[in-house]
Amino acid sequence: MVRFFFGRLAVLIPTFIGVSIIAFAFIRLLPGDPVALLSGERVMSPERHAEISAQLGLDRPIVIQYLDYLWGVLQGDFGTSISTKQPVLTQFMDLFPATLELSFCAIVFAVVLGIPAGVFAAIKRGTLWDQSIMGTALIGFSMPIFWWGLLLIILFSGILQWTPVSGRISLMFFFPPVTGFMLIDSLLSGQAGAFKSAVSHLILPTIVLGTIPLAVIARQTRSAMLEVLSEDYVRTARAKGLSAFRVVGVHALRNAMIPVVTTIGLQVGVLLAGAILTESIFSWPGIGKWMVDSVFRRDYPVIQGGLLMIAGIIMLVNLVVDLLYGLINPRIRH
Amino acid sequence: MALLEIENLVVEFETAGGMFRAVDGVSMSVDRREVLAIVGESGSGKSVSMLAVMGLLPWTAKVFADRMMFDGVDLLKISPQDRRKLVGKDMSMIFQEPMASLNPCFTVGFQIEEVLQVHMGMDRAQRRARAIELLTLVGISDPAERLISFPHQLSGGQCQRVMIAIAIACNPKLLIADEPTTALDVTIQKQILDLLVGLQEKYGMGLIMITHNMGVVAETADRVIVQYKGRKMEEADVLSLFENPKSNYTRALLSALPDNATGDRLPTIDNFLIEADSSAINLPMMEPPL
Amino acid sequence: MADAVANTPGPVSPGPSSVDPSRSARFAEFWFYFSENRGAVVGLFFFLFLIVLAVFAPLIAPHAPNAQYRDAVLVPPFWQEGGSAAYLLGTDAVGRDILSRLIYGTRFSLFIGVIVTTLSLVGGIFLGVIAGYFRGWVDTVIMRVMDIILAFPSLLLALVLVAVLGPGLTNAMIAIALVFQPHFVRLTRAAVMVEKNRDYVVAAKVAGAGPLRLMFSTILPNCMAPLIVQATLSFSSAILDAAALGFLGMGAQPPTPEWGTMLAEAREFILRAWWVVTLPGLAILLTVLAINLMGDGLRDALDPKLKRS
Repeated sequence: MVRFFFGRLAVLIPTFIGVSIIAFAFIRLLPGDPVALLSGERVMSPERHAEISAQLGLDRPIVIQYLDYLWGVLQGDFGTSISTKQPVLTQFMDLFPATLELSFCAIVFAVVLGIPAGVFAAIKRGTLWDQSIMGTALIGFSMPIFWWGLLLIILFSGILQWTPVSGRISLMFFFPPVTGFMLIDSLLSGQAGAFKSAVSHLILPTIVLGTIPLAVIARQTRSAMLEVLSEDYVRTARAKGLSAFRVVGVHALRNAMIPVVTTIGLQVGVLLAGAILTESIFSWPGIGKWMVDSVFRRDYPVIQGGLLMIAGIIMLVNLVVDLLYGLINPRIRH
Repeated sequence: MALLEIENLVVEFETAGGMFRAVDGVSMSVDRREVLAIVGESGSGKSVSMLAVMGLLPWTAKVFADRMMFDGVDLLKISPQDRRKLVGKDMSMIFQEPMASLNPCFTVGFQIEEVLQVHMGMDRAQRRARAIELLTLVGISDPAERLISFPHQLSGGQCQRVMIAIAIACNPKLLIADEPTTALDVTIQKQILDLLVGLQEKYGMGLIMITHNMGVVAETADRVIVQYKGRKMEEADVLSLFENPKSNYTRALLSALPDNATGDRLPTIDNFLIEADSSAINLPMMEPPL
Repeated sequence: MADAVANTPGPVSPGPSSVDPSRSARFAEFWFYFSENRGAVVGLFFFLFLIVLAVFAPLIAPHAPNAQYRDAVLVPPFWQEGGSAAYLLGTDAVGRDILSRLIYGTRFSLFIGVIVTTLSLVGGIFLGVIAGYFRGWVDTVIMRVMDIILAFPSLLLALVLVAVLGPGLTNAMIAIALVFQPHFVRLTRAAVMVEKNRDYVVAAKVAGAGPLRLMFSTILPNCMAPLIVQATLSFSSAILDAAALGFLGMGAQPPTPEWGTMLAEAREFILRAWWVVTLPGLAILLTVLAINLMGDGLRDALDPKLKRS
């Protein structure tokens, strides 16, 4: 098991180096002068140009620049945003909790609805239940989520007026962020109605972001369950006189969850991609929206730093999923 | 009263090409302390009849019988809850692929103690003690260590021993063994068979041994039923069957034994059916197997 | 057996382009299984319908896609009050007929799907076969590069790539094709590694086939089944991702009638004119759904136990 962990870690390091090379090279690939791109100053006198060039280290050989960059990254220096003049890392840490909160709620939504749906569809294989659940999943999987978000806004915010259109909490409430997670902070603030407001702002974005993972998880669970239910050990469980609930819920599910856990882990990458669209639609102040805005504003240090950090998070999550897989699959653990 | 009585059992499966009859009017009975062997080639329906008795067939199967009684209980009319109280406790079954028949995600101890918990209501200490006792009974060394092992850490023979331990955990009256040694090494086969027969004698269980191996039949059975294509071809005690087979099909089976294979051409089923010989059991014209 | 039939000279000799009977028999068998899945057949017919729409767009669409009717701005669909039969599905904010734009949009969506899938297939197969056949350090390098690509969320990577290359449909397609590479590479590599050790490959090698021939002529045709399924999946994903990029303003640029771009332009009108928002998205949904239905049917028909990458 320990060997498994270190094996996975060893693969991660060259991948991270590769990712950092891409993030580093990205600015140099852009058309234009790197000095102007990185500093944001378009028109400069030759002296100013040389001054900034030396400041940013752009006059040195490219390999040295890369190593410098990598060294900076390992110490937490991801560059400075052109538009806000703030360190990229600080901005990231400010905005990341919003995305994290939304993603977490979305994946919980997807798992809590998706796994039972998949199990139910597998048990009721071939019936109308199965076909409707899988049909709905297929539709969810085929939808452009930005359209789905707009549709839900039209319905729930526009026509029914049940939910707000944008933001994390009503503008009426203001309290200093403690954890960065609106659900927790609103409870801690003690202000009446704050928590309710936070929840109502979360509902639509969670549904929109969680729809594709929900569909994928439901489909995967169903197919994993169908395979497991035809295995010999399920027959043995039945031959022991165990109740259907125990046979499916304990014996079958435990085995079916092994591939499903991997799928859930892979959904994190999907979530971060989907967050870009969801946050744009709901004006959710997270890193997805931040990245899109930066691309438009040509805030290249942010794009570069953001790329690296997001890739780092995904690799970390993949590592955790791999470890989790190793833990729950007894063949690897022992 | 016999322990298990089956009269005119018919099992049909819904398939894409219509209903397929896997078992066609089979009758048999097993007494306490008796070893009955059901022998036949693949596709003869021998496993299906026993799976029907245990209630383990998929939903595509339809089971009809004139009579199916176990220890005085009518298995045809029993409710699912009552059936679950019988199965695993008074009536249990072991299968052909022992490694695949154990759940890879749970320890051996968990899988044995499960039956004890569900059927016998034992507490944790009692379950553990009984599990160790069972593992010792089936001939597994270091039982305490084996309890926390996973199936993939055991050999095929050990897995089958564990399956047997699970099957006899609640002192069943009837044990059904579906080709228990087919997937095992020849050297292990004998050990497992001896174990089964030994346990049967010790606890006075009824034992139904399903096999396609006439050697196993000779070693273990008191009575034998020969099945072919879902029908019973012959029923006799083991000595009479070997010395004086009445059905053509039984003769064909016996002639296929390596010891009997003399001469230059091996006989096939066809050779035995072409003779217009009436067998003891009345049957319509049999088609030769494909 | 089929070969014996094929090689026996019959009374009517086949023409120069004789059809291999075993192949047509295999296709007939495949169609039998595929047609059992009603959803897949519906998907197929809808897809064919889309192709017809795309090819004959100038004949079918009532208006030109970019023609602006200044006096008919934000006209609702014909069944709503204020609607008109001249603009069956209404008009958008600058008076363009939505139905015509949707019909012309089919061209773009299908074009995107074809190009991206072809690019991904070609690149992915090439790299995957090389990685799976040669193994060793070539394999390691290729798979590391694929891991790096996979480390980024697909849309983000596509977005950044388009930022580097410049917005526009062509660059969007290239970016998306690049993002899809790892899936094809992995799939091909896995299939090649399995097939490489089979007897027919060894036989071909003994008969003197060189590596190039072995890779692409002998092994590859037998790996096609999972690739075909993945190709349908990436066809539909390409349409979705291109629409997403268009929605963000980085894909097809206005006034191109690409469905995602249409949604970007319509965003401010969601509460006022629902049809400008709902209809293009519905077009995307139905198209992608049809392709996914076909993909499911293909997967079940080609191999019931098929697993995706």
